[in-house]
Amino acid sequence: MSENVQTTVNGRAVTLRAEDADMPLLYALRNELGLTGLHYGCGLAQCGACTVHLDGEAVRSCQVPAVQARGKRIVTLEGLGTPERPHPVQKAFIEEQAVQCGYCLPGMIMQSAALLARNPRPTEAQIREELAGVICRCGTQPRVIAAVLRAAQA
Amino acid sequence: MNAVLDRRAILKAGGALTVAFSVGLAPRGAAAWTEKPVATDEVATFLSIDAHGAVTVHIGKVDLGTGVRTGFMQIAADELDVPMARVTVIEGDTALTPDQGPTYGSLSIQNGGVQLRAACATARRELLRLAAERLRAEPASLRVEDGVVIGAQGRVSYAELVGGRALDLKVDTNAPIKPPEARRIVGRAVPRVDIPDKVFGRFRYVYDVRRDGMLHGRTVFPPALGATVETLDEGSVRGIPGVVRVVREGNYVGVVAETEWAAIKAARALSVRWSSWAGLPEQARIWEHVRATPVAQVQVTSDRGNPGEAIRGAAKTLSATYDFPIHSHASMGPSCAVAEFAGGRLTVWTASQATHNLRKQLGLMLGMPIEQIRCIYLEGSGCYGRNGHEDAAADAALLARAVGRPVRLQWMRQDEHAWDPKGPPHLVDLRAGLDAQGNIVGWESEAFIPKGAGGNVDLTTAELAGLPRENQIHPGNIIHNLAVPYTFPAVKTTCHRLDSTPFRPSWIRTPGRMQNTYANEAFIDECAAAAGADPIAYRLRYLPADDPRGREVLERVARLANWQTRPSPQSDRSGEILRGRGVSYCKYELVRTYVAGVAEVEVNRRTGAIRVTRFWCTHDCGQMINPDGVKAQVEGNIVHTLSRTFKEELTFSRSAVTSVDWSTYQVITMPEVPEIIVELIDRPTERPWGSGEPAAAIVPSAVSNAIFDATGVRMRSIPYTPAKMRAAIQGA
Repeated sequence: MSENVQTTVNGRAVTLRAEDADMPLLYALRNELGLTGLHYGCGLAQCGACTVHLDGEAVRSCQVPAVQARGKRIVTLEGLGTPERPHPVQKAFIEEQAVQCGYCLPGMIMQSAALLARNPRPTEAQIREELAGVICRCGTQPRVIAAVLRAAQA
Repeated sequence: MNAVLDRRAILKAGGALTVAFSVGLAPRGAAAWTEKPVATDEVATFLSIDAHGAVTVHIGKVDLGTGVRTGFMQIAADELDVPMARVTVIEGDTALTPDQGPTYGSLSIQNGGVQLRAACATARRELLRLAAERLRAEPASLRVEDGVVIGAQGRVSYAELVGGRALDLKVDTNAPIKPPEARRIVGRAVPRVDIPDKVFGRFRYVYDVRRDGMLHGRTVFPPALGATVETLDEGSVRGIPGVVRVVREGNYVGVVAETEWAAIKAARALSVRWSSWAGLPEQARIWEHVRATPVAQVQVTSDRGNPGEAIRGAAKTLSATYDFPIHSHASMGPSCAVAEFAGGRLTVWTASQATHNLRKQLGLMLGMPIEQIRCIYLEGSGCYGRNGHEDAAADAALLARAVGRPVRLQWMRQDEHAWDPKGPPHLVDLRAGLDAQGNIVGWESEAFIPKGAGGNVDLTTAELAGLPRENQIHPGNIIHNLAVPYTFPAVKTTCHRLDSTPFRPSWIRTPGRMQNTYANEAFIDECAAAAGADPIAYRLRYLPADDPRGREVLERVARLANWQTRPSPQSDRSGEILRGRGVSYCKYELVRTYVAGVAEVEVNRRTGAIRVTRFWCTHDCGQMINPDGVKAQVEGNIVHTLSRTFKEELTFSRSAVTSVDWSTYQVITMPEVPEIIVELIDRPTERPWGSGEPAAAIVPSAVSNAIFDATGVRMRSIPYTPAKMRAAIQGA
């Protein structure tokens, strides 16, 4: 049965419609709210392309049922920062030109932002470990590492 | 807009500058379909200048996430002397852009960019001629600043000269292009125009297209590749709210629903009984299967002297076989398209690398004249060859036709891994003879690879549905680089083109060229070791004296990597962790981009774990439009191909692909990515060549050679897993 889910997305109170108890948050965010800053990659929490922050924690929105977002604070890539007020990680990704196709960016950026919130001065090894579950096929990893290190030093 | 400030802003490295560009997401009226010329000899095909002086570039090559869009903007802006912010790019729209061939083969700048540059140079010359008339001056006395032609007697803007009117003239490929010293945008590391939107989640990909009344579709693939539908129970999905239709055409089965989640649930729930099918070869015996496959054609790609005789008479002979397994593209984003029929016409929004070809294939499949079909390119996730996007477009078209409403279709992860076309298995036998001084006197190689070249990879949709298709295989131009870039006195390289291959083949980044270079560059390393020679010095013996650019990349990579001149393997192989380095060299297709690389590895003798610690690369693709873009491509090639060298391998049963997600088809992870050091050789007076593929060619061989240097054990079968490494060490 479909049910309404009151939640906060990018600072705005919204009501999402969960078509059933299993419907992933991913589809609610992309198709109901038009938030395309998260991507369907695998539906298995293996690639990271759908990563969002749920109460500050990086989660895979393909594996979080929309009903579990009730009363939570969700932040997507769109809400992390803006061109006028970029998050330090976003700013660093632009400065390092750490993007090719960009499909992995929700994973790379949201996971890194969550890491820096927990650990503002991570080592390169910690960054690599944190991003071990985010797949990139274009081979932007060297630039991603440079960007997160730059953001950590900002 | 302040034009001077504008250019400064563009050139400010790393600035968060957004330059507006259009990729045709907004629906255009049907009237626009035939309004614009798309012939490649017309300037108006490539360029238009509006009444405000804004320049629109129309280009058939598309940005597959490589940043080449920015490169095209640099070319147009520089050649025309307009600020980059005044340039807009429309890519890969069959109604608006020329057919410049698929975006493959590292040819976007080399061919597409050079065509664009010629159009711009022709336009600039014409604009100067018109300005000279207007200003009563000699064209040579005029200069252009930010789209304004300036002479001693006055000034006139492009907009005033032609604004809003078509540039009605033929492209002159001899129109003078700017000399290097006059270039202000080309040759610089201009920030990519797409990156800010991607970083802020505002970029519109093909996945994000939304149309009024749009439904969501999913394809229900057979559980076995050749299975056929026996029974289908539409009632099995009737209880799912939002399901609109079950579509069956032959063995193509799809579902359409009001929401994406309903479509996914319906595809999972739909009850279909499929026939059993087990027509695949046994994976463990794939190379026997390849050797036993009938040969359709024998192609000798180089033939000099009598290598067979030379090898028989040689002081020392070597032989080896190198194999490279079947790979999936394994794109990050499962293939997706949106199709819409209106007024008897079909519009498809697609991430296809070849929209003009896709249009023809859809016309064939659907029995429609291609004039009634329009394919509009939008970026998908990174594409390294013909993946599943064309098939998804055909799926979407079939479903949209069935339901009479626009349909967005996306494959699921397991669909992508199982049903994208595959890089075919590649097997190379090599033999060489050395004289008493270790010189190569004869070299022979034989590759066993499927027949075919580039072309239109058949649509899976058409195959399943039993609709018209070409019914040919097209693995890409996979014969190149079996011929060697070396001056051996006797050499013969032969491709046995097989009549079939187990999975629908297509090209994946550096198709065949990488596998052939892998075999050649590892085998020449075997020869160097047999000769007791340093691997770089040995290669330099055989590089043609009249080709100094090849020598230069090798000599420079030796310096860059602080190469210690000595034979391989290294002498101290006593510890648990063994370290080594290996080199590789490639002249792409023997006619263009030069690349050399050095891999540094650590091998754990006990576990077989192999770690690449650093990778150095020198790269000469001639003139560079955007050096940072080239560097990003080189880095991407290296990381992607390390993934293919160490981890990737399609697995399959007798019926189906079994590597259907990221745990069963593993790829490189962040902790495994080495430090990469790239040295680009800029040659602004040379013609520009490609960088999207060549650096991939050197990776597996550099790694094989480094492992041999570390361990004294030669690895010849990709992927280099710890289990294979352990077994090789124990067997040595």
